[in-house]
Order: sequence, then structure tokens, then C-alpha cells
Amino acid sequence: MVVEVEMNNKEKSEGKIEKQTIMQIRSLKKVFNGTVVAVDGVAFDVYEGEIFGFLGPNGAGKTTTISMLTTLLRPTSGSATVCGFDIMKEPNEVRKRIGVVPQEYTADEDLTGYENIMFCADLYGIPRKISRERADELLKLVELEAAKDRKVETYSGGMRRRLELACGLINHPRVLFLDEPTLGLDVQTRAAVWQYIRRLKDEYGMTLFLTTHYLEEADSLCDRIAIIDHGKIVKIGSPKELKDSLGGDIIELGVQGGDDDLVPLIAEVQHVKDVKRVSSSEYRIKSELGDVTAPMVIDALRSKGYRVSRISLTRPSLDQVYLELTGKSIREENGDRAQVMRQRMTMRRARR
Amino acid sequence: MTAETISPGTVPAGQDRSNSTIISSSPYHGLWALTNRELKKWYKNPVILLLSLIQPVLWLGLFGKAMNFGAVFTDGAFNIPGLNIPKEIINQLGNMLMLNVFGTSDYFSFLAVGMLSFIVIFTAMFSGMSIVWDRRLGTLNKVMSTPVARGSIVMSKILSSVIRSVVQAAIILLLAVLFGMSTSSMTVLGVLGAFFSLALLSFGFSSIFLMLALRSTNQNTQMAIVNLLNLPLLFGSNALFPASFMPEWLQAFVKVNPISYATDIGRQLLLGSGGMASLAFDFAYLAAFAAVFSAVGIVLSWRLLTK
Repeated sequence: MVVEVEMNNKEKSEGKIEKQTIMQIRSLKKVFNGTVVAVDGVAFDVYEGEIFGFLGPNGAGKTTTISMLTTLLRPTSGSATVCGFDIMKEPNEVRKRIGVVPQEYTADEDLTGYENIMFCADLYGIPRKISRERADELLKLVELEAAKDRKVETYSGGMRRRLELACGLINHPRVLFLDEPTLGLDVQTRAAVWQYIRRLKDEYGMTLFLTTHYLEEADSLCDRIAIIDHGKIVKIGSPKELKDSLGGDIIELGVQGGDDDLVPLIAEVQHVKDVKRVSSSEYRIKSELGDVTAPMVIDALRSKGYRVSRISLTRPSLDQVYLELTGKSIREENGDRAQVMRQRMTMRRARR
Repeated sequence: MTAETISPGTVPAGQDRSNSTIISSSPYHGLWALTNRELKKWYKNPVILLLSLIQPVLWLGLFGKAMNFGAVFTDGAFNIPGLNIPKEIINQLGNMLMLNVFGTSDYFSFLAVGMLSFIVIFTAMFSGMSIVWDRRLGTLNKVMSTPVARGSIVMSKILSSVIRSVVQAAIILLLAVLFGMSTSSMTVLGVLGAFFSLALLSFGFSSIFLMLALRSTNQNTQMAIVNLLNLPLLFGSNALFPASFMPEWLQAFVKVNPISYATDIGRQLLLGSGGMASLAFDFAYLAAFAAVFSAVGIVLSWRLLTK
């Protein structure tokens, strides 16, 4: 079994302490009905204590991968260990050590919040004495104490999500899987849910494995991100590494007049890596340290008598990384019908 | 607060903080929790309980009281012109006819026993619906990501259906007695035996309908199946009408239909009627039915739930 090492976030992000692997995924493959390759031999490690984000278009294999790691699906080939246990050979040992917060609202609407959380505890076979304490503690942590004896059907979307979180933590898992934990929630509630997730993580020192549609969330939360497309991992690394891989900031520039080709002139400026003339008077510049470079470009042009009429600076975002790697924007995608229906159902219920 | 202080009995941090040590290793630990969850929805919601009782009660009232076969033959309901047959003889003839056909002198009591099987079948048919819902809402996946035994998931659905149908049948029996069902041959042991047979019947049918629902993601399909099987199963048994007056091909079906055996037990033990088969054979048939289909259900659930 993996030995746990206490690390604080700072040390971790700087990578000074050797990382302990908590999940090892090796050429994991899932083929449905003999022909549909949902996951095509993915391999990666997840380190203890980190927040690992799993991004990709619908149908890319995210849910299938999570389903295999949470022992709901049997891989066609390949292997994976979670907390040191093989997902195929000892699925029950894995199940005892993981928590799952599914995309859907799975809590029973006819029961109260407290009854729901105790139900989860019973599924793990946690003795009543301990589960009562834990339920109280978790409900306090997600601030549902006051509502614990109300039926779940009266809960708002944010409350339900928090209840799902509490249920997923009842066995004090070492790895918590979160599938689209903020789907359908408004911006404020989303921020609140992430606050809870962070707090829970700090409290219990878990490893988080999550998928999300909101790239800005992934950017600010995740220690590392894997982007998966067509069943394969196309990129893996910290948000910063991914963004840096795009080759720096983008400066867009409009010049008055515009008969002369200014590409050679701009290319000489320090830090500029690439210049393209988009139209007769517009240029697109890729450069490191865009905020420093932009004024230098303006100066260089002015010294030769050209006037800059318009300038914009774009820092690379995860959206752009995503677009570059998968060829599509995360907002404009459509999954298969059943998946879209399920997501709509979750979103409808979230908005009540 | 740290994880160690809130979870007594845990190995200290640095080793296994997931407390897998305190997690019960009994394969049945989640069975009652899952069963109770199903039952809670039912007993905490009196409307559902009430609604589920309305149909058999309606049948009892409409069929049992309206189809007054007894009245057809008695109290001057018929006479043959020219032959002045005394009333008493007609009444006696009528009674004998009723006893001969239904094994009891009033159709209401005959039907009441049939309705006990009816409510069992009806409840069992919808036991499959809940697993379809669980799948659609994601609850099934959530449960399957916990260390609960796969067999317990299916067994809990069967058990809750059995408990529900037995309780509902008890209410139906009580109502039937209030409405005039004959109690002259009822004994405590007889009632217990009859309900045991109903439990076996429920066990078998709940397993069948759960199996049909295991891979289904659409509750409409499940509804269609239920509607398709509902009436043939009921009319193709001795629950509403004695089999001896049915055409031979239908009699053959009645003879394999487990509903007939549960009803047969009920009539013998509650009404003291002569039976279609011996009590021992009835019970053996039902027990085999329940055992075979629940076993198949559990094996299938293993295979179908772990994709």
C-alpha cells in the first residue's frame, strides 16, 4: 500500500517533495459491443493529495474512465490500481476507500437529508455509533445542519450538491471522485461548492479526481489536468504548463495606413516568437511576457513612423489550450442523446 | 479538527485514513439499509399505500358483489314455466351449484382469495420499476460504487416487494372480511400458511420482474411489459374463475401459473374448499418457483450489473 506523506500545498506545487502515487492507470481500454472504443489505452498517475482534473469533450471517454476507476465498469484490457488495490482483482477494497459524487442528484427526494446520509453510511457498513458522529460532523461542514430533517425535495440545487458531497465523504475516502460537481449551478453557488470542496479536502487530506465543464474552475483549482479526446490522453500537466505549451501571450494589433508589410519589423522585437499578418493592417503576435512586449512593439513601430490604432493582449487560457488540442470549444459540444438528457435532468433539478 | 479525532477506531494518519478497518465485512451489511429505503418511501407516503389498495378493493366490490353468481340461482331468479318448482329446492340447487363450481357458496369469498394473489402480482410487477428509476437517477451507480454486495442490491428490491405485498394482502383480507367474506373456516394457522404462500409467490414474481428491468433504462418499456403480462397472468389462473370450466389449452396454462397454486392454498386454508392439488404439492411448487427465480435473479444481477 502507498504510504501517505503529509505535504502542504506549497511544497507540493513546487514539487520539492517526492510525490506518492495513489492511482496508477496503465493502458486502460474499454470497448463497448466489440466495436465502440470509448477509452483507448490511457495511462497516467495521480498523486496523493492533489486535485486532478479530467477534461474532454462529451464522448471523449471521461465518464467511462471514471466508471472504470470507481469499479462500475470492467476494463476490456489494461490495468489500474487505486490506493494500491487492483480495480479488477479487488474491487471491494477499492470501493471501501473511495468516495463518489456523481453528476446526477442521487439523494432520495422522499427522505430527509439526514436519512440520506445515514443510508450512505449503512451502505459502507459503518457502525451506527460512528456514522451518527460523522453524519453530524459532515452536515455541519457543508452547512446543512438546519435543513437535515427536511425532505430533500425541498432543497435547492446548491444544497443538494452539498448533500451529495457529504454522502460521498461518509467513509472518509482517500480518493474522492467528482463528476461535474457544479453542473447547472449558478456562478455564486458554484463558487460556494468549490469552497466546500476545498475545505473538505483540507480537512480530510484526500486526493480529488474531478471532471468539469468549467475550464476557469479547472484552471484555478486543479494541481494537474489531463485532457482526453477520442479515448486518448492528449495532454497532461499543471494548468500553467498547459497554457505555456501554447507558446505565450497573443497580441493583436491594428496599424494605421497599412500598405507596408511590417512583419519583419515586429519580428525583431525582443520576446516576439511569431508574427502573422491577418489582414492588410492587422497583425497577430505570439510572444512571451506579452505585457512587457506590447509597449516595446508600439515603440518600435512609432520609431519608424507607424501609428498603432488598436491593440489587445490575450493571456492564454485553458479554453484556448482545450480548443487547440481537441479542435472544439467546450461550450459548443453535444454528447449522445442519453447523456444530454441526463445532464439536462440534473440541470433542471439544480435550478429549483 | 483532524480526521483522527473525529473517527475513533481509526488507524492514525500516515497509514490508512479511509477507516477501511471499521467497515463491516459482512456481505449483508447493506441489505437492510437498501430494503428499508424502499419501504420508507412506501410507509411514509400513505397516499401511495392507499392508491395501491384501491384497485383490488374496486375489483372486490365490482366483481365480487356485482357478479353475484349466487343470486342467479336462488330466490326465484329463475323458474321453468309449467313446472312449479318450490323456492327451497331452487335455493338448494343454487347452493349446490355454487359449491360445485366455486367450492364455496358465495362468489365474494371465492374472489377475495383471488384478490390476495392479485395484489401480490401487482406489487411485484412494479418492483422492477424502482430499479429502472434508480438507474435513471444515477442512484444505482452510486450504490454500486460502495462495497455493498451486488446480490444485496437485487435482494433488497425483492425483499421490500415481498414485505409490501404481504402487508397489502393483509389489509385486503381484513377489508374483505368486513365486506362479508366467510370466516367460518379460518384458523390462525391457516391464515399464516396462506400468507406464507403469498410471500413465496411474491418472491418469485418480484425476481422475474426485476430481471426484466435489470438492463432497462426506460420506464415506458417496463410499463408496457407490465401491462402486457398483467391480465393474461390473472385471467389465466384460478383467481377469478375456477379452472375446471376453462378450455383445455387454458387449463394447461393455469396448471403452470404459480398464481393458481397460491390461490389454491388460500382457498383450502381460508375457505376450506376442495383444492386443485394437495397442499403439500402447492407449497412445493411455489417454493421451487421462488427459489429458482430468485437464484436466477441474483446470478443475473451479478453478471448484468458488472458490465
